[in-house]
Amino acid sequence: MIEGISIQVILTFTTVLFFIGLYGFLTRTHLIGILISLELMLNSEAINFVAVNKYLHPQFLQGAVFSLFILALAAAETALALAIILQVYRRTGSVDVKEVKELKY
Amino acid sequence: MDFSYVIWIPALPLISFLLLGLFNRYFRKEPVAGYVGVASLGTAWVLALYTAWKYFFEVGLQNGQYVPFTPFKWDWIHFAGKLSIDMGILLDPISVMMLVVVTTISFMVHIYSIGYMYGDEGFARFYAYLSLFSFSMLSLVLASNIFQIYIFWELVGVSSFLLIGYYFVKPSAIAAAKKAFIVTRFADFFFLVGILMIGYFVGTFDIETLNSEGTIAWIAQHPGPVFMGLSAVTWALILIFVGGAGKSAMFPLHIWLPDAMEGPTPVSALIHAATMVVAGVYLVARLFPLFYHVGDGFALRVVASVGTFSALFAAIIALTQEDIKRVLAYSTMSQIGYMMMALGVSGYEGVEGLGYMAGMFHLFTHAMFKALLFLIAGVIIHAVHSNLMKDMGGLHKYMPISSWTFLIAALAISGIPPMAGFYSKDEILHAAFEYNFLIWLVGFLVAGLTAFYMFRLYFRIFHNGTREYHHPPKEDSRAMTGPLIFLAVLTLTVGWVFTPFSKYVTPTRVPFTYHIHWGSPLVLGSMAIALAGILTAYFFYYKPTDYPQKAARAFGLTYQWAKNKFYMDELYLFITKRIIFDKISKPSAWFDRHVVDGMMNALGNTTVWISNRIKVLQSGRLQEYGIYFVYGVVVLIMVFYFLNF
Repeated sequence: MIEGISIQVILTFTTVLFFIGLYGFLTRTHLIGILISLELMLNSEAINFVAVNKYLHPQFLQGAVFSLFILALAAAETALALAIILQVYRRTGSVDVKEVKELKY
Repeated sequence: MDFSYVIWIPALPLISFLLLGLFNRYFRKEPVAGYVGVASLGTAWVLALYTAWKYFFEVGLQNGQYVPFTPFKWDWIHFAGKLSIDMGILLDPISVMMLVVVTTISFMVHIYSIGYMYGDEGFARFYAYLSLFSFSMLSLVLASNIFQIYIFWELVGVSSFLLIGYYFVKPSAIAAAKKAFIVTRFADFFFLVGILMIGYFVGTFDIETLNSEGTIAWIAQHPGPVFMGLSAVTWALILIFVGGAGKSAMFPLHIWLPDAMEGPTPVSALIHAATMVVAGVYLVARLFPLFYHVGDGFALRVVASVGTFSALFAAIIALTQEDIKRVLAYSTMSQIGYMMMALGVSGYEGVEGLGYMAGMFHLFTHAMFKALLFLIAGVIIHAVHSNLMKDMGGLHKYMPISSWTFLIAALAISGIPPMAGFYSKDEILHAAFEYNFLIWLVGFLVAGLTAFYMFRLYFRIFHNGTREYHHPPKEDSRAMTGPLIFLAVLTLTVGWVFTPFSKYVTPTRVPFTYHIHWGSPLVLGSMAIALAGILTAYFFYYKPTDYPQKAARAFGLTYQWAKNKFYMDELYLFITKRIIFDKISKPSAWFDRHVVDGMMNALGNTTVWISNRIKVLQSGRLQEYGIYFVYGVVVLIMVFYFLNF
């Protein structure tokens, strides 16, 4: 329980953060930008986990542990995504998502 | 007495088949493959003779009855109860007799082929096929189980197919091979159904068990369901006989035999004269107690009728044919009809089993003289390079050995004593006379016709004036004339040496004595009609005359019919092409193509159409997928929210 801050404020904050990430994911054309937006969404969820854990069931630790997992996962995912982006850059000479559409019907 | 070495009799040809077939290219050097074949068959022949000697003269006869030996029997596939498919060896009088016949003829043909096939490209292949055939035929003969017979029955069919189509670059040979295979296979289908019915209604495939008195009494009490007035087991026997009729070229399944003459002549001698085509006769003889007892012998009457009709039918066609091998082919068919007739008219106990004994005896003697006739035909064809009688004539002075041996064989088939054919034929006629006057009359007529067409062949080939030949025809190879002389000696001797044959082969395996009544009207009559046939042929054909044309004109339409083989081939073509293909196959094909395939095609086409419509969704643009995903989530949330899950 954090003094002076209610759960609604935190949830509002993470919701805004999530939709900023979603918007970025759908509108950015730069692959790195998309990746950053993805990270935003992931982190808003991680905050949600911690906040809900803290406010509703302070005696348990699952929420905090989950957010730690999410951090590890996000790190791995970022490494993978960056590697892919590097390869895309080598093949196409750009990191524009619109250039990468070979995988179609 | 341990007969287990008998397994080597079929095994030796199998070994030589594998050797020649698998290592074909090491046997390129001409006669080596022939020597391998001759050695294996020669050994098998000696073993077979030894077995026959042991069986008939030393150990077979116990307490006045020939006992069967099963030196080897392996329960291969076991079904319920007593029903099982075995691989075994059954030695009894008829199988031992067939062993001798098959190995003798096969051995002679192997020797002969060294000369006949010399210089042919597929020499080793030819010997491999011959060995395969000998193996299958010997195994068929020795089989202890009716299903085992069926297996080797198909194998002889395959080897016959391979050998007829031996000259596989000749379209007519391929067509003939195909025809032989399809027709006999068609008949074998009925054979298989018959076997399965026996398995279902009697419950055993074992020949000895089937023929035992216990089984026959059991069948009499449990005849099974009745169809068209005949019990199931009677039907099974009739179906089995249809299979036998297919292999033995009985009317109306005979059409493959004349065409089978496209194969090399030694093959015709071995397969289509002496051994494989009598497999049907052997089959009926094998199950004779069943044929005789089940359903009051109805199936046996069918055998008699079909045999008698085929004998007459083929003899009439043989009168008019021009190709010497075809004359011999129809003559074979006619003689096999004789054998079937003999089995059909036979009784069971004691002297009444005369017909059975005569049929088997005729099989034995016929194998010798008909193989001889074919082998001589091969020598002649080799020398003259033609199958047609019009290209021959006056060959007596060029080819004396062929001429004399042919004369002996022709006398034998006409039934002139002391040649082999006389004894067996006379016994058949005697048995037929005791059974039914009409059948005897047909048999009697056929005897005359046989004498006529055989001597027509003899006089037209070896006499009938003189002819100019580009190369003087000659008998050059001793490998070819040797077997002729050997078989001619057999033809001269086996008749009186083995008379009465009832000492060896009878339905009940109890020997009885039988004497030919030399002075009786029957014997004199059959001799008289044979002589009449020979004399007519002499007047017609010894010198070139115009009697044949006059006779042909006198018979008019009948002659035309016989010359065209009573249009049987055309009839078959009509039935298969016009009726089966047009009326059944084509509508079925249409149904298959348009309805069955149509449904499948509709399914496929719909799938393709749908996929064409939705594949644009997969654009490859990442953010489109993202937006679909978001929409999906929104829709799901609304669904769950409003439906209050």
